[in-house]
Amino acid sequence: MTTIVAYALREAVRRKVFLVVLVLTLIFLGLDALANHYIFRDVNGIRVPADAHVDSRTFAGAFVVGMSMFATLFLGVVLAVFLTLGAVSGDAERGLLQPLVVRPIGRGSLLVARFLAAAGVCAVYVFVVYLIAVVITGAEGEYWPDAIVSPGLLLAGAVALMTALSLLGSVFLGGTANGIAIFMLFIAGLVAGLLGTIGHALNSHTISHAATIAAWVLPFEALYQDALQQITQSTHGFTGFLLRLGPFGGAYNGGWGVRLWAAAFLVLVGTAAIAAFRRRDL
Amino acid sequence: MGRRVWITCHEIGTAASQTSASFGGSIDAGWRADDSPPKAGRWRESRPYTGTVAPALAATGLAKRYGRVEALRGVDLEVGEGELVGLLGPNGAGKSTLVKIACGLVRPTSGTAAVCGARAGSANARAALGYLAEFFRFPGWMTADELLALHQELTGSSGGEAERARLLELVALGGARDRRVEEMSKGMQQRLGIAQALIGSPRLLLLDEPTSALDPVGRRTVRELLEDVRSRGVAVLLNSHLLSEVELVCDRVVILLGGSVVAEGTTAELAHPRGVEIETDEGVRVFERATREDAPRLVADLVAAGRRVYEVKVLSSTLEEVYLEAVHGATS
Repeated sequence: MTTIVAYALREAVRRKVFLVVLVLTLIFLGLDALANHYIFRDVNGIRVPADAHVDSRTFAGAFVVGMSMFATLFLGVVLAVFLTLGAVSGDAERGLLQPLVVRPIGRGSLLVARFLAAAGVCAVYVFVVYLIAVVITGAEGEYWPDAIVSPGLLLAGAVALMTALSLLGSVFLGGTANGIAIFMLFIAGLVAGLLGTIGHALNSHTISHAATIAAWVLPFEALYQDALQQITQSTHGFTGFLLRLGPFGGAYNGGWGVRLWAAAFLVLVGTAAIAAFRRRDL
Repeated sequence: MGRRVWITCHEIGTAASQTSASFGGSIDAGWRADDSPPKAGRWRESRPYTGTVAPALAATGLAKRYGRVEALRGVDLEVGEGELVGLLGPNGAGKSTLVKIACGLVRPTSGTAAVCGARAGSANARAALGYLAEFFRFPGWMTADELLALHQELTGSSGGEAERARLLELVALGGARDRRVEEMSKGMQQRLGIAQALIGSPRLLLLDEPTSALDPVGRRTVRELLEDVRSRGVAVLLNSHLLSEVELVCDRVVILLGGSVVAEGTTAELAHPRGVEIETDEGVRVFERATREDAPRLVADLVAAGRRVYEVKVLSSTLEEVYLEAVHGATS
């Protein structure tokens, strides 16, 4: 198992997609630093009416951290999907998988090892990039989220779920088809989250309920919402209300129920992937 | 055109005291009066499974269906320890499917396959075999040594650096130990693939078109290698379109057509007699209807008639002729 994990890790960091994502990350962090600089420079000049009770620095800081969390999650998902979209069908078509599968290691172990390597790389990446983004905002605007570590862990969990889904998809679909399918799932989850925000703003129970169901069906979205909720968990009043109206602060699914379900979902997806892989002809 | 089988001087015996017989080429077991090979490494008896130990590969009633396509229809096959069996057949005959079932990549629809007594696909079966796929690829960033080290770890081989060096030497890649796969030619990669298949001293070697990308020298290297591993008791199932190669190294040949075995046996068993050719001081004469049993009498008659006999050749069909007859000219 450790041999395959080490092999998959080496392969992951040698792939060109890893380099591409690193370059994109540097660009993103540079733009994030620039945005923080101008936002907090201008926030000082904003005159909020005295009776509005809005903490403009908290609002701006939470909003920009929420936005960077979205970008981090997106880059993490890109990395996760491109590292795993061809893990089974793609590698089998290219003849990379057969020499490994005929060895006495077991297909389940092979798939778990691939997951651990890809999820490990992506989770560390997401956590580190998130922390850098938080530090940039903290250094520039003296804003620190209400929770710092747990949102990063939740984002890492969301990316791990996407990695598992991508591995499951790779058992049935070719690389391109799997990549498209996983990104569509990701976008569907984001749209559901946005719909939930709109539902709460409009006080529409139906829309909110639909969004909640979608978040539980696609628990990576629920984890992302949970992470967003964590950064403003102690922000109350009108500032908190305004943040929850926005796309990068509005989150209504979270807590241990979602986290436990996400863990169970990961196990279910992993079990399904292993069972399907064991039955697949190569 | 027929395959020429030389018979020994010993066999012609007293009836051909003036005969000068030629040696060389392959010779059939039934023809030999003694057990000494005409050339070291060329003489191999077919060693069928005797029932005392589990055969390296045993397939019984093996069938595989891909949707509406029947790739295999009840194939029975045994490869004994130290036996080199050639698997022939046109494209789509089911050769690769059979090999893939043996190494656990494909699950049979019905029937059973066992490797050294263990169910094909089980960990024990996979531990006992080495496999080279027809279409394979290794990670381009790995060096030859790293690749072999990875497979050593996966097979649990304790051979270490010595085993890796020996195998690289065996496939003529001793100087490419630190060369990355992406820097190797297709032929080098194929030889590296064979070295990879030999990691962990497998008891059964499954090779799917192992020489398709090799030049004549590379093919000869592989042929010698196959003979070497066979002499160590390793069973080999060789799937190849190169009939001349199969004819040169294989103890036995199995021909598949449409998922069924249509011919099986040693090349001698499968070959048909094509007459006897005798070279005398008057030139070469071919007795088309004659069989090997007729050869001593023919030689005796010629000698009695005052002819000088220089060479006697029993003609039989080539493997190519046997193959074309078995598959009725099918190509796919």
